[in-house]
Amino acid sequence: MAYVRDRETAEDVVQEAWLTAIRQLERFEGRSSLRTWISGIVINVARARRRKESRVLTFTSFFGDLADRRKPTVEPSRFRPDGTWRELPRSWDNVPEEKMIGKETLGRIKAAIEELPPKHREVIVLRDVAQLDASEVGTLLGISAENQRVRLHRARAAVRKSLEEYLA
Amino acid sequence: MKCREMVELMTNYLEDALSARDRARFEEHIAGCDGCRVYLEQMRATRDAVRKIAEEPIPEHIQEQLLEAFRSWKATGT
Repeated sequence: MAYVRDRETAEDVVQEAWLTAIRQLERFEGRSSLRTWISGIVINVARARRRKESRVLTFTSFFGDLADRRKPTVEPSRFRPDGTWRELPRSWDNVPEEKMIGKETLGRIKAAIEELPPKHREVIVLRDVAQLDASEVGTLLGISAENQRVRLHRARAAVRKSLEEYLA
Repeated sequence: MKCREMVELMTNYLEDALSARDRARFEEHIAGCDGCRVYLEQMRATRDAVRKIAEEPIPEHIQEQLLEAFRSWKATGT
Protein backbone atom coordinates (compact mmCIF):
# COMPACT_ATOMS: atom_id res chain seq x y z
CA MET A 1 0.00 0.00 0.00
CA ALA A 2 2.74 2.38 1.03
CA TYR A 3 4.57 1.43 -2.14
CA VAL A 4 1.60 2.35 -4.30
CA ARG A 5 1.18 5.64 -2.51
CA ASP A 6 4.83 6.52 -2.91
CA ARG A 7 4.72 5.54 -6.52
CA GLU A 8 1.72 7.70 -7.13
CA THR A 9 3.40 10.59 -5.45
CA ALA A 10 6.48 10.03 -7.58
CA GLU A 11 4.33 10.10 -10.69
CA ASP A 12 2.69 13.30 -9.54
CA VAL A 13 6.06 14.88 -9.09
CA VAL A 14 7.22 13.77 -12.51
CA GLN A 15 4.07 15.23 -13.97
CA GLU A 16 4.66 18.49 -12.19
CA ALA A 17 8.24 18.51 -13.39
CA TRP A 18 7.00 17.94 -16.91
CA LEU A 19 4.88 21.03 -16.64
CA THR A 20 7.85 22.98 -15.40
CA ALA A 21 9.81 21.73 -18.38
CA ILE A 22 7.02 22.97 -20.62
CA ARG A 23 7.43 26.45 -19.24
CA GLN A 24 11.17 26.35 -19.63
CA LEU A 25 10.83 25.31 -23.26
CA GLU A 26 8.54 28.23 -23.88
CA ARG A 27 10.86 30.60 -22.13
CA PHE A 28 14.00 29.52 -23.93
CA GLU A 29 12.70 28.65 -27.36
CA GLY A 30 9.34 30.36 -27.62
CA ARG A 31 7.87 27.25 -29.21
CA SER A 32 4.27 27.40 -28.15
CA SER A 33 3.08 24.54 -30.38
CA LEU A 34 5.66 22.18 -28.90
CA ARG A 35 4.59 23.22 -25.43
CA THR A 36 0.98 22.50 -26.29
CA TRP A 37 1.96 19.15 -27.73
CA ILE A 38 3.82 18.12 -24.59
CA SER A 39 0.88 19.28 -22.47
CA GLY A 40 -1.28 16.93 -24.47
CA ILE A 41 0.99 14.04 -23.56
CA VAL A 42 0.94 14.96 -19.90
CA ILE A 43 -2.83 15.12 -19.88
CA ASN A 44 -3.18 11.81 -21.68
CA VAL A 45 -0.94 10.19 -19.10
CA ALA A 46 -2.92 11.72 -16.28
CA ARG A 47 -6.21 10.63 -17.83
CA ALA A 48 -5.06 7.07 -18.35
CA ARG A 49 -4.07 6.93 -14.71
CA ARG A 50 -7.43 8.25 -13.63
CA ARG A 51 -9.28 5.77 -15.84
CA LYS A 52 -7.38 2.99 -14.14
CA GLU A 53 -8.32 4.39 -10.75
CA SER A 54 -12.02 4.59 -11.50
CA ARG A 55 -13.17 2.64 -14.51
CA VAL A 56 -16.68 4.02 -14.54
CA LEU A 57 -17.34 7.30 -16.25
CA THR A 58 -19.91 8.65 -13.88
CA PHE A 59 -22.90 10.79 -14.39
CA THR A 60 -21.36 13.34 -12.07
CA SER A 61 -18.33 13.74 -14.29
CA PHE A 62 -20.68 14.86 -17.04
CA PHE A 63 -23.04 17.00 -15.02
CA GLY A 64 -20.46 17.94 -12.40
CA ASP A 65 -19.80 21.43 -13.73
CA LEU A 66 -23.48 22.23 -13.71
CA ALA A 67 -23.84 21.08 -10.11
CA ASP A 68 -20.55 22.78 -9.16
CA ARG A 69 -21.83 26.12 -10.35
CA ARG A 70 -24.50 26.05 -7.68
CA LYS A 71 -22.38 24.86 -4.78
CA PRO A 72 -20.90 27.72 -2.72
CA THR A 73 -17.09 27.86 -2.48
CA VAL A 74 -17.20 29.78 0.80
CA GLU A 75 -18.74 28.30 3.96
CA PRO A 76 -22.33 29.57 4.13
CA SER A 77 -21.79 30.15 7.85
CA ARG A 78 -19.42 32.99 7.00
CA PHE A 79 -22.36 35.07 5.82
CA ARG A 80 -25.31 36.52 7.67
CA PRO A 81 -28.79 35.58 6.47
CA ASP A 82 -28.84 38.78 4.40
CA GLY A 83 -25.73 37.61 2.48
CA THR A 84 -23.19 40.02 4.00
CA TRP A 85 -19.99 38.94 5.76
CA ARG A 86 -20.50 37.86 9.33
CA GLU A 87 -16.82 38.35 10.05
CA LEU A 88 -14.57 39.95 7.46
CA PRO A 89 -11.74 37.84 6.00
CA ARG A 90 -8.41 38.95 7.48
CA SER A 91 -6.11 40.71 5.06
CA TRP A 92 -2.81 39.03 4.15
CA ASP A 93 -1.19 42.43 3.61
CA ASN A 94 1.04 42.06 6.65
CA VAL A 95 2.18 38.53 5.75
CA PRO A 96 5.85 38.94 4.76
CA GLU A 97 6.63 38.15 1.12
CA GLU A 98 9.22 35.55 2.23
CA LYS A 99 6.50 33.67 4.06
CA MET A 100 3.93 34.03 1.29
CA ILE A 101 6.18 32.32 -1.25
CA GLY A 102 8.31 30.36 1.22
CA LYS A 103 8.92 26.62 0.96
CA GLU A 104 6.41 25.80 3.68
CA THR A 105 3.63 27.85 2.11
CA LEU A 106 4.29 26.36 -1.32
CA GLY A 107 4.21 22.92 0.29
CA ARG A 108 0.79 23.75 1.71
CA ILE A 109 -0.40 24.86 -1.69
CA LYS A 110 0.84 21.68 -3.36
CA ALA A 111 -0.93 19.56 -0.75
CA ALA A 112 -4.15 21.50 -1.33
CA ILE A 113 -3.85 21.01 -5.09
CA GLU A 114 -3.25 17.28 -4.65
CA GLU A 115 -6.47 16.96 -2.67
CA LEU A 116 -8.59 18.56 -5.37
CA PRO A 117 -10.89 16.46 -7.55
CA PRO A 118 -8.89 15.60 -10.72
CA LYS A 119 -11.07 17.78 -12.94
CA HIS A 120 -10.37 20.84 -10.84
CA ARG A 121 -6.74 19.92 -10.31
CA GLU A 122 -5.88 19.62 -13.99
CA VAL A 123 -7.27 23.08 -14.68
CA ILE A 124 -5.37 24.86 -11.92
CA VAL A 125 -2.15 22.98 -12.77
CA LEU A 126 -2.37 23.89 -16.44
CA ARG A 127 -3.52 27.47 -15.94
CA ASP A 128 -1.62 28.59 -12.85
CA VAL A 129 1.33 26.23 -12.51
CA ALA A 130 2.14 25.67 -16.18
CA GLN A 131 0.65 29.05 -17.07
CA LEU A 132 -0.92 28.00 -20.33
CA ASP A 133 -3.53 30.45 -21.52
CA ALA A 134 -7.25 29.84 -21.30
CA SER A 135 -7.72 28.98 -24.98
CA GLU A 136 -4.88 26.43 -24.93
CA VAL A 137 -6.33 24.74 -21.87
CA GLY A 138 -9.80 24.74 -23.42
CA THR A 139 -8.46 22.98 -26.50
CA LEU A 140 -6.40 20.48 -24.53
CA LEU A 141 -9.19 19.47 -22.17
CA GLY A 142 -12.01 19.84 -24.64
CA ILE A 143 -14.12 21.94 -22.28
CA SER A 144 -15.95 25.22 -22.75
CA ALA A 145 -14.49 28.49 -21.50
CA GLU A 146 -17.29 28.68 -18.98
CA ASN A 147 -16.70 25.22 -17.55
CA GLN A 148 -13.00 25.95 -17.37
CA ARG A 149 -13.73 29.06 -15.29
CA VAL A 150 -16.05 27.11 -12.99
CA ARG A 151 -13.32 24.53 -12.35
CA LEU A 152 -10.59 27.14 -11.98
CA HIS A 153 -12.74 29.05 -9.52
CA ARG A 154 -13.40 26.01 -7.38
CA ALA A 155 -9.73 25.04 -7.44
CA ARG A 156 -8.44 28.49 -6.50
CA ALA A 157 -11.11 28.92 -3.83
CA ALA A 158 -10.06 25.63 -2.23
CA VAL A 159 -6.38 26.63 -2.26
CA ARG A 160 -7.29 30.07 -0.86
CA LYS A 161 -9.16 28.42 1.98
CA SER A 162 -6.22 26.22 2.81
CA LEU A 163 -3.88 29.25 2.74
CA GLU A 164 -6.27 31.17 4.97
CA GLU A 165 -6.13 28.38 7.54
CA TYR A 166 -2.36 28.21 7.29
CA LEU A 167 -1.75 31.96 7.52
CA ALA A 168 -4.25 32.51 10.34
CA MET B 1 -25.21 42.16 -5.23
CA LYS B 2 -24.63 40.38 -1.90
CA CYS B 3 -21.19 39.43 -0.61
CA ARG B 4 -22.25 35.78 -0.75
CA GLU B 5 -22.79 36.14 -4.50
CA MET B 6 -19.75 38.35 -4.99
CA VAL B 7 -17.30 35.65 -3.86
CA GLU B 8 -18.55 33.34 -6.61
CA LEU B 9 -17.84 35.95 -9.29
CA MET B 10 -14.22 36.59 -8.30
CA THR B 11 -12.65 34.26 -10.88
CA ASN B 12 -14.88 35.54 -13.66
CA TYR B 13 -13.75 39.03 -12.70
CA LEU B 14 -10.07 38.09 -12.66
CA GLU B 15 -10.52 36.26 -15.98
CA ASP B 16 -12.21 39.34 -17.42
CA ALA B 17 -15.31 37.30 -18.23
CA LEU B 18 -17.98 39.58 -16.77
CA SER B 19 -20.19 41.69 -19.00
CA ALA B 20 -19.49 45.43 -18.88
CA ARG B 21 -22.57 45.92 -16.74
CA ASP B 22 -21.72 43.14 -14.24
CA ARG B 23 -18.15 44.32 -14.09
CA ALA B 24 -19.28 47.82 -13.16
CA ARG B 25 -21.60 46.45 -10.46
CA PHE B 26 -18.81 44.20 -9.18
CA GLU B 27 -16.33 47.06 -8.94
CA GLU B 28 -18.89 49.29 -7.30
CA HIS B 29 -19.46 46.67 -4.60
CA ILE B 30 -15.71 46.14 -4.08
CA ALA B 31 -15.17 49.88 -3.65
CA GLY B 32 -17.59 49.93 -0.73
CA CYS B 33 -16.98 46.54 0.91
CA ASP B 34 -13.83 45.74 2.90
CA GLY B 35 -14.66 42.04 3.20
CA CYS B 36 -15.02 41.48 -0.53
CA ARG B 37 -12.00 43.65 -1.30
CA VAL B 38 -9.86 41.50 1.01
CA TYR B 39 -11.35 38.30 -0.43
CA LEU B 40 -10.51 39.45 -3.96
CA GLU B 41 -6.96 40.28 -2.87
CA GLN B 42 -6.66 36.80 -1.38
CA MET B 43 -7.85 35.17 -4.59
CA ARG B 44 -5.26 37.18 -6.50
CA ALA B 45 -2.53 36.33 -3.97
CA THR B 46 -3.53 32.65 -4.18
CA ARG B 47 -3.21 32.63 -7.96
CA ASP B 48 0.18 34.37 -7.75
CA ALA B 49 1.45 31.94 -5.10
CA VAL B 50 0.35 28.92 -7.19
CA ARG B 51 2.33 30.37 -10.11
CA LYS B 52 5.46 30.29 -7.94
CA ILE B 53 5.32 26.50 -7.71
CA ALA B 54 6.71 26.13 -11.21
CA GLU B 55 9.66 28.37 -10.43
CA GLU B 56 11.14 25.93 -7.92
CA PRO B 57 14.18 24.08 -9.22
CA ILE B 58 13.64 20.50 -10.35
CA PRO B 59 15.37 17.96 -8.05
CA GLU B 60 18.20 16.03 -9.69
CA HIS B 61 16.60 12.57 -9.57
CA ILE B 62 13.47 13.99 -11.20
CA GLN B 63 15.60 15.54 -13.91
CA GLU B 64 17.02 12.09 -14.56
CA GLN B 65 13.52 10.61 -14.87
CA LEU B 66 12.55 13.40 -17.22
CA LEU B 67 15.52 12.83 -19.50
CA GLU B 68 14.75 9.13 -19.47
CA ALA B 69 11.15 9.81 -20.46
CA PHE B 70 12.26 12.16 -23.23
CA ARG B 71 14.61 9.50 -24.62
CA SER B 72 12.02 6.74 -24.64
CA TRP B 73 9.39 8.95 -26.25
CA LYS B 74 11.88 9.93 -28.90
CA ALA B 75 12.79 6.28 -29.43
CA THR B 76 9.18 5.23 -30.01
CA GLY B 77 8.66 8.17 -32.34
CA THR B 78 5.51 9.34 -30.58
